[in-house]
Amino acid sequence: MNRRAWLMLLLPLLVAGCGKGRDERSLVRFWAMGREGEVVQELVRDFEELHPTIRVEVQQIPWTAAHEKLLTAHVGDSSPDLCQLGNTWIAEFVALHALEPLGDWVDRSTTITPRGFFPGIWDTNVIDGTPYGVPWYVDTRVLFYRKDVLAQAGYDAMPETWAEWRQAMTAVKRLAGKDGYAILLPTNEFSQPVIFGLQMNSPLVAENGTVGAFSKKPFRDAFAFYIGLFEDGLAPPVSNSEVSNLYQEFARGYFSMYVTGPWNLGEFERRLPPALADEWATAPLPGPGGIETGVSLAGGSSIVLFRSSERKEAAWKLIEYLSAPAQQLRFFALTGDLPARTESWQHESIASDPRITAFGEQLKRVVATPKIPEWEQIATRIMIRAEEAIRGSATIDEALEALDRDVDVILDKRRWLLEKRGLVPESPTDGDGDAS
Amino acid sequence: MRSHLEKRQRRAAWLFLAPALTLIGVFFFLPIVIGFALSLTDFDIYAIGSIDTVRFVGADNYQSTLGSGEFWNAFRNTAYFVFLGGPLSVIVSLAGAILVSGRLARFKEIFRTLYFAPVITTLVAVAVVWRSLYHPRYGLMNYALAKLGIPAIDWLGDPVWAMPAIVLMAVWKTFGYNMLIFVAGLISIPEELYEAAEVDGASAWQRVLHVTLPSLAPTFLFVSLITLIGYFQVFAEPYVMTQGGPVRSTVTLMLLMYEEGFRWWRMGNASAIAFLLFVITLVGTMIQLKLRKADPA
Amino acid sequence: MNKRMQTVLLHVVLTVIGLVTIAPLAWMVGASFMPVGEAASYPPRFIPSRPTLEHYIALFTRLDIARNFMNSAFITITATMISVLVNAMAGYAFAKLRFGGRDRLFKFLLAGMMIPAQVGMLPLFLLLKNLGLVNTYMGIMIPSFASIFAIFLVRQYVLSVPDELLDAARMDGAGEFRIFWTIVLPIVRPILVTLAAFTFISTWNDFMWPLIILSDESKYTLPVALANLAGEHVQDTELMMAGAMVTIAPVMIVFLFFQRVYYQGIMAGGVKG
Repeated sequence: MNRRAWLMLLLPLLVAGCGKGRDERSLVRFWAMGREGEVVQELVRDFEELHPTIRVEVQQIPWTAAHEKLLTAHVGDSSPDLCQLGNTWIAEFVALHALEPLGDWVDRSTTITPRGFFPGIWDTNVIDGTPYGVPWYVDTRVLFYRKDVLAQAGYDAMPETWAEWRQAMTAVKRLAGKDGYAILLPTNEFSQPVIFGLQMNSPLVAENGTVGAFSKKPFRDAFAFYIGLFEDGLAPPVSNSEVSNLYQEFARGYFSMYVTGPWNLGEFERRLPPALADEWATAPLPGPGGIETGVSLAGGSSIVLFRSSERKEAAWKLIEYLSAPAQQLRFFALTGDLPARTESWQHESIASDPRITAFGEQLKRVVATPKIPEWEQIATRIMIRAEEAIRGSATIDEALEALDRDVDVILDKRRWLLEKRGLVPESPTDGDGDAS
Repeated sequence: MRSHLEKRQRRAAWLFLAPALTLIGVFFFLPIVIGFALSLTDFDIYAIGSIDTVRFVGADNYQSTLGSGEFWNAFRNTAYFVFLGGPLSVIVSLAGAILVSGRLARFKEIFRTLYFAPVITTLVAVAVVWRSLYHPRYGLMNYALAKLGIPAIDWLGDPVWAMPAIVLMAVWKTFGYNMLIFVAGLISIPEELYEAAEVDGASAWQRVLHVTLPSLAPTFLFVSLITLIGYFQVFAEPYVMTQGGPVRSTVTLMLLMYEEGFRWWRMGNASAIAFLLFVITLVGTMIQLKLRKADPA
Repeated sequence: MNKRMQTVLLHVVLTVIGLVTIAPLAWMVGASFMPVGEAASYPPRFIPSRPTLEHYIALFTRLDIARNFMNSAFITITATMISVLVNAMAGYAFAKLRFGGRDRLFKFLLAGMMIPAQVGMLPLFLLLKNLGLVNTYMGIMIPSFASIFAIFLVRQYVLSVPDELLDAARMDGAGEFRIFWTIVLPIVRPILVTLAAFTFISTWNDFMWPLIILSDESKYTLPVALANLAGEHVQDTELMMAGAMVTIAPVMIVFLFFQRVYYQGIMAGGVKG
């Protein structure tokens, strides 16, 4: 190659090297997932105006890659200052000593107090009495359903017990015919079987989170109920990606109930045909023994502060800003993510919408999944084993026994660590009350 | 004088080799050694928190991996990919090479470039493109099927079709490379052989059968070998297109290793998977090499 | 069947294969210029009804893809230059310099080629962490600076350089480095260009390693950024196609320029391997 060719190749390097301008403000790096990462930029710009000495850099991470990105960043000492973290992941990152304990920060704060949030949700952030995250938005699952179809089937409200609910589904299925179903429970989600298990009071894992409790009676009963919905043709054995257009299918009556989360409120409004605009509703989940047993998942995302951060003061200011009731409402308006601050729920944009208040009702009855680092792995196994049972490649008992075996392997290390105690940050509490 | 020159040359040789050997030693061989050591431990997420939670576990990782349905599922998926995609790729590229090198063919360069273009493309980018082509409703694939009167297939959503869909893309992406190697093999076949066959009155098809294919045997083995090894390491296609789904039907060994290692940080287990993958490719290579030695050509 | 018929038939077949092969790329190009929503129309179309640059503009403004482009360019060019030099030196030493244990060392390296690099990927990550190279450009590049295959390729080529030429230079008192620089390099330039084209294209396209090493969005290479986008904007087909175009175009251009030497490299590796 001649000299000029080399120069041509080098040119981009020089340009790349010179591109950076000087910025005196202290830089807070904030990672947020999925759509939140896109939308939060707008709030962050206002925050920067309020705090001229702080610059916030938001990085958007796809949900599918979030877990490994956070881990490799932590291991590679390149964690951000702040991060949005699904609250089921908190225990894991606490075990890694990655997160800053927020007890003192919360005590000193004039705007953040535990009482300002849904108790079930705040609790998911607390490991051994210490909070490690501040709830950003909340997420739980409720029932979305077609009022018109349900009325046609002879119901003017959503039933509150499993038995009646199942009858209602059977009635809807009869209307839907051979190619239709009553309810969509996507097979690639672990939340439905887990919710049913929690409703039956299953602790999911037993003995201080060291063995699986899936083949024990409470979970087995719940699982049988869940699988039964597929066996009896009330739910189609399909995953999310196999339903090419969920909203069209809902409108078409392919299914008339759907257990899903708040992000679908906006989607349903946008995507359903106008004729159906008033024909759908949401309701808290029915329970095996009435509505008060109809618990759901204490989900959502928190904002956590990394222990390695060198700009904790500035980062904490951003946490306070984002969890202020006014910003929570704004974020709700932008994303449809439900505010974690109970105060924001008084606002009429929320209080006047029965579809949202159903979520509010449900949030009073939410239960955290086991707060152990291995939970995410266990959840994946639940999904895989449940899918096997749904597709008929394993019986209910086979699937659950296999699941317990999987879980035992996953929890082996934790058992060992707890046995020799003292080395691990004290075992997080999990759903106590062994139901067996 | 002479010994002085030799000494000087020896010193120069090591100086010339130093950068490459250091880099290869530190960033290629050393990790493999560490990897083997890791595979005998239970290095996991707790080990990041404090390293003294790492235990030596002997062959446990291998045992539990070989006993897990997840591993065999990934193995089956990978084998499916390799043994469906490998032969398909070799056959398509051989056919392509013979056609494009045909004595009657014009514009050889243009055709060759056309066929080769997918090889150059960035895998992630074409995976994104193919994901759209496979769209059950709007995708080009199902449109083409509809034209042929075949009902639509939910390519990436159906566990039965997801792997074939990925195979199809991989073959499209790689056949040009193999084709080129075959073209090189074809060029080295002496023209006289064809002429002799022609004099004997062999048809074009017979010439392919009796001259081209036997002469290509060594190339054929080589191509099969590199295709096999490469295909066993399939990762990015399922990572971008299906994330291993639906129903884990496209989780390959590499994807499983990635998930175990970097998503769950079960490094011990992941390293065991990596070594099992290595052993599998090694066995494959050995078989091929044996065949090659046994082959008189 | 006469020769004329055969010729026509052959070209029909060749053209059909060509069209099928190029269709996905053609569709990508077309869709990247389509207004929002048009890529998801039935029947699928290749030509935009109203060509627009909006997706490219969005990529370069809102999504700041220029930055990823620069990262890719920097990494690729640096890695290419360094690796060509490193491997050329080693290949030359193995071919022409005499020293004890040379052949055994070379055989050892060749045997190592059978080990897929992925086997060491996890420990390599831990190693780079200890060197402080995670989430750096250097961390992406350094494992690809030296390659056994490249050394092999150079060695095979250098073997054809006559020994007399080198010995004559030695007699004239030229140092070994000078001999390498002024005599050997110019002769082996073709294989180095081939090597550079190879390295350029494979580094540009590399996905798994940068995906693992980089956590900072501002350091993402194009393929990683594209996979990131693809995870977020599943429904924005046209935007994704524009992103795919931007990712593929540079390697395509390099390839069209160096097509011949690239082929030669593959054929050389293929025949001798």
